[in-house]
Amino acid sequence: MNRKIRVLIAKPGLDGHDRGAKVIARALRDAGMEVIYTGLRQTPEMIANAALQEDVDAIGLSILSGAHMTLIPHVMELLKINGQTDICVFVGGIIPDEDARALLELGIRAVYGPGTPTSKVIEDLMRFVQ
Amino acid sequence: MDAAEQILRGNRLALARWLTQIENDLPQGQILLDQLFSHSGHSAIIGITGPSGSGKSTLVNRLALELANTENTNPISIAVLAVDPSSPFSGGALLGDRVRMRDLMEHPEIFIRSLATRGVLGGLARAANEMVLALETAGFDIILVETAGVGQSEVDIARLAHSTLVIEAPGLGDDIQAAKAGILEIADIIVVNKADKSGADATARALQAMLQIEMELKPVPNSNQCWKVPVIKTSALNSEGIPILKQTIQQHQDWLRASGEWQNRAQARMRDLFERLLQENFFRKWQENLPEFEKDQLLAAIQSQKISPYRAVRQILSD
Repeated sequence: MNRKIRVLIAKPGLDGHDRGAKVIARALRDAGMEVIYTGLRQTPEMIANAALQEDVDAIGLSILSGAHMTLIPHVMELLKINGQTDICVFVGGIIPDEDARALLELGIRAVYGPGTPTSKVIEDLMRFVQ
Repeated sequence: MDAAEQILRGNRLALARWLTQIENDLPQGQILLDQLFSHSGHSAIIGITGPSGSGKSTLVNRLALELANTENTNPISIAVLAVDPSSPFSGGALLGDRVRMRDLMEHPEIFIRSLATRGVLGGLARAANEMVLALETAGFDIILVETAGVGQSEVDIARLAHSTLVIEAPGLGDDIQAAKAGILEIADIIVVNKADKSGADATARALQAMLQIEMELKPVPNSNQCWKVPVIKTSALNSEGIPILKQTIQQHQDWLRASGEWQNRAQARMRDLFERLLQENFFRKWQENLPEFEKDQLLAAIQSQKISPYRAVRQILSD
């Protein structure tokens, strides 16, 4: 059996800084995961639909634009409507502490600030998805 | 409602989960295919292959939209299987074809699934054939399969698709490159993409010349019944040449049905699938009964030059 962890990495909204997302995507690939990288300017609908079609285990959302409190809850809502509440959703980017707390309460598994070592993300993911 | 029923009714989450089961060779995946297999055989399968950098994904993006654009007639449902290579070192993969398919992602009814080759050579993934079968039973009219695009030996697609498109682009190598065995021989339609770039006309001419030589080398008795491989210029980025490409694909599909080739290809595909599954299952079954200890002993003997590898294998087989 050849099971791999499948992760969707997406940048919702209009934020154009994709270096972090690309770094995470490559790190996850090097850790043996299959990373579906969707690139910039994804709407929550596109993200939820991709997560459904690709039957992913986890979604990584990268947001540096400050729009996280609008976009992320919207994604979570759509995942719920689509019947995919068991997906592990993690967030990276510029997220103030109190927003991070609110997001964790919403069901986000982890919020990673800039400078988080990729090894931590990988370790957490392996644990969350098993 | 069980999974089979859900899939037939268009539940895309059920379909997505089934594709995962097939990809991971899980028993549930096989059971579902047993139940739904009789619903397959009605989709048009179009393969898209070609070297990296030829713009395959961008072309698939525009082509799928064009194919879905039926205006006043009945809507056509489309699925896309996009294959990318697995890393031979980590076993992971970066499946990035969706980056080029943004337009398709705005149409949630177009089903896109990314898959990694997982160590299989030839441009496709191990279970690509079965995943296409699954998509067929789910009722998609057209299934586009885009290969991994990392080499010239990506010919497996020709044994899966009804129509195989080979995408080339100017500046990817001279015409001798184009003549190398494999990829050109499998083309039903050759597409010179990035036609806005300089050298596109020269590339198209070189490919035409190559095809002309092919035809002269292999004269066919009933050449009127033959399909003449056309060279079509497109610029996927600028949406040029796409309606002509769509028309040409349609013409090829019409020819396949009229000439009986449709049946031939479909049957060859099933033969390949059957052979492969037999091989895999026989090997797996045999491996389960193989005494690890004996195998390790023989390996040690080979590695210390005591017996030849052939002899070691004969010994195991004669057990």
